[in-house]
Amino acid sequence: MSALPGIASIAAMALYAAFFLHAESQAQVLGLVALAVVGVPVLARVGWIARTATSLEAHPLAARSASVAALAATIALFHDQHFVMLMLASVALYSVACLGLTLQFGYAGVVNFAGAAFLGVGGYTSAVLGPHVPHALVLLIGGLLAALVGSILILPILRTRGHYAALITVAFGILFRSFVEVNDALGGPQGLQVKGMNLFGWELNSPLRDLSFYANYVFVGLALAAAAFVLVRRLERSWVGLNLDAVRLDETAAAVFGIDVARWKILAFTCGNFFTGIAGAAYAMMTGFVAPNSFTFGDSLILVSIVLLGGLGSAWGVPLAAGIVLIVPEKLQALQEYRFLLYAMLVIVILLARPQGLIARPAREYFPK
Amino acid sequence: MDVGLFGQYVANGLMLGVIYAMVAVGFTLFFGVLDVIKFSHGDVLTAGAFAGLATYGGLQALGFASPAVQLLIMLLVAVAAMAFLGALIAKYLVLPLRTAPPLNTLLLTLMLGAALRECVRLFYPQGANPKPFPRLLPQDAVALGSFMLRLDNALLLLGGLAAIAAVHFVITRTKLGLAIRAVAQDAETARIMGIDFERVVLLTFALGSGLAALAGIMNGLYYSEINFSIGLLLGVIGFSAAVVGGLGNIYGAILGGFLFAGLQTAGAVLLPALLPQLPSAYKDVFAFAAVIAFMAWRPTGLIAEKTAERV
Repeated sequence: MSALPGIASIAAMALYAAFFLHAESQAQVLGLVALAVVGVPVLARVGWIARTATSLEAHPLAARSASVAALAATIALFHDQHFVMLMLASVALYSVACLGLTLQFGYAGVVNFAGAAFLGVGGYTSAVLGPHVPHALVLLIGGLLAALVGSILILPILRTRGHYAALITVAFGILFRSFVEVNDALGGPQGLQVKGMNLFGWELNSPLRDLSFYANYVFVGLALAAAAFVLVRRLERSWVGLNLDAVRLDETAAAVFGIDVARWKILAFTCGNFFTGIAGAAYAMMTGFVAPNSFTFGDSLILVSIVLLGGLGSAWGVPLAAGIVLIVPEKLQALQEYRFLLYAMLVIVILLARPQGLIARPAREYFPK
Repeated sequence: MDVGLFGQYVANGLMLGVIYAMVAVGFTLFFGVLDVIKFSHGDVLTAGAFAGLATYGGLQALGFASPAVQLLIMLLVAVAAMAFLGALIAKYLVLPLRTAPPLNTLLLTLMLGAALRECVRLFYPQGANPKPFPRLLPQDAVALGSFMLRLDNALLLLGGLAAIAAVHFVITRTKLGLAIRAVAQDAETARIMGIDFERVVLLTFALGSGLAALAGIMNGLYYSEINFSIGLLLGVIGFSAAVVGGLGNIYGAILGGFLFAGLQTAGAVLLPALLPQLPSAYKDVFAFAAVIAFMAWRPTGLIAEKTAERV
């Protein structure tokens, strides 16, 4: 199998993304959405998508290089447009958070419907510590604090299962939002201002040459996303991932084989929250403020829908789904009011038509070729 | 604290409790027959309240002035419409996903809830603004010492309790109820015994959704105002109540509903009394923290499902 079909598909996707980001008029945007809605099933029918998948799996290096090249081309093309750069940076940072959720939902099978709350812990950390502490440290502390706050939930989560565990995180998400809303020290409903990021003297809010200043955040976001991606993929392939899979698929069987179920659940939950906290801290520095209304139950659902749309446990699916979930509603701006309705219906249709997600996680290979 | 104020808090707590219990019963019914959580339940409640309001508008235009007749027709229309909607949702969105992972059903119904909410906001005339709900119940009040018992509140409380009792009657004393319990216990065996599985599931969803419509109208009558997002918090609270009580158990759901209302009221009353620097706005924080702590103590709720895991 040659690498060509894979590279051609990535190039086509990048081209499509460029057209989509460039489209100004509503007719163009709708036309492109319709093209994808009709075109992707047709491509799947003629077997092109399966060929792409096998080709990319056979040539991982080509897949990675082509993805990086496509990203670089997109950034070069839109380097001075604030909106596009903001979108790309958001997609990168949301990918970090959702890779954290992938560890929880996808590998260990620990549900977490409070993703936005952990983003919020990170965000409020950078609001409070931003003026006093070096920002690289703030990102780290944001992640650690999110993990620490999450550890409150470990005991109830370990004792419960299924929908009962889901309720605990739902309750925590709402609790967090109510808490920051009524807490005057954290700015109440208005929230707090956050200083722009400054990494080792590099002021991210001042643009480099003719680049949009958001481009700086794109670079930082992509670096974080790449680190998270590599880490998650390594974990998945390692014995740790094997243990997590065993815990998710059958707790009883895993325990019988001597796997410490509680230990792996705690590890996945804590690591996932750590990722989410870092993403939240960086995101708050980019947007310049944090407010309770950015961390509602609905925002947690957006994170979960990215994970499920991408395909549960599929690291490649996360950035793709994050792109769709974040960019499509923004581009449908002229439909204004109707975009959330359309978006909700789109997710319902995808769930009915492709319950395993856009890029389903392939079965584990025990003997790498 | 004087008796009148205390009575007021108790009355308020009971009122909230009955509404929460009605929502929770719906969650627990759906979970019983299909083992799914239908998160759009709260938004079905909103839709029911708005259906009632629209009917009221229609009746006003037609010239029916008697509040009792108006209320009766509103209830009939809203309950029937939501029961139909509930059955539709079950048939076309929940049943097709039976074989998919439970997370998918959860997300699908969550998205459906968002879609319903958006539909109310966009397609109801000026749906984005809070709407005054007509006061159709007598507004008199009876003084019991220093406690003013409002007649409309008493009627609402009785109505809610009667509705829950009626659902309980259907579940425990009728043939349909027997079928629902059979499906809940073991769908496969129920089918072998000649129970039409799909029909029972659809009727259960209709029953639960009709109850939600009733709760929506009661909520409107109690607060005299509704808006498109009331269902979001009520849905989460109803879900919490059903889980705290123990999923699949109707008594558990009722108990959970009153327990949650009690927690909220206690949070609003006791927190400022014990810690004066804390505003009563922390009542939701308190209630949800209590739910988390409770789940750590009783991981399967007050009345646990009877399950034995076979390996």
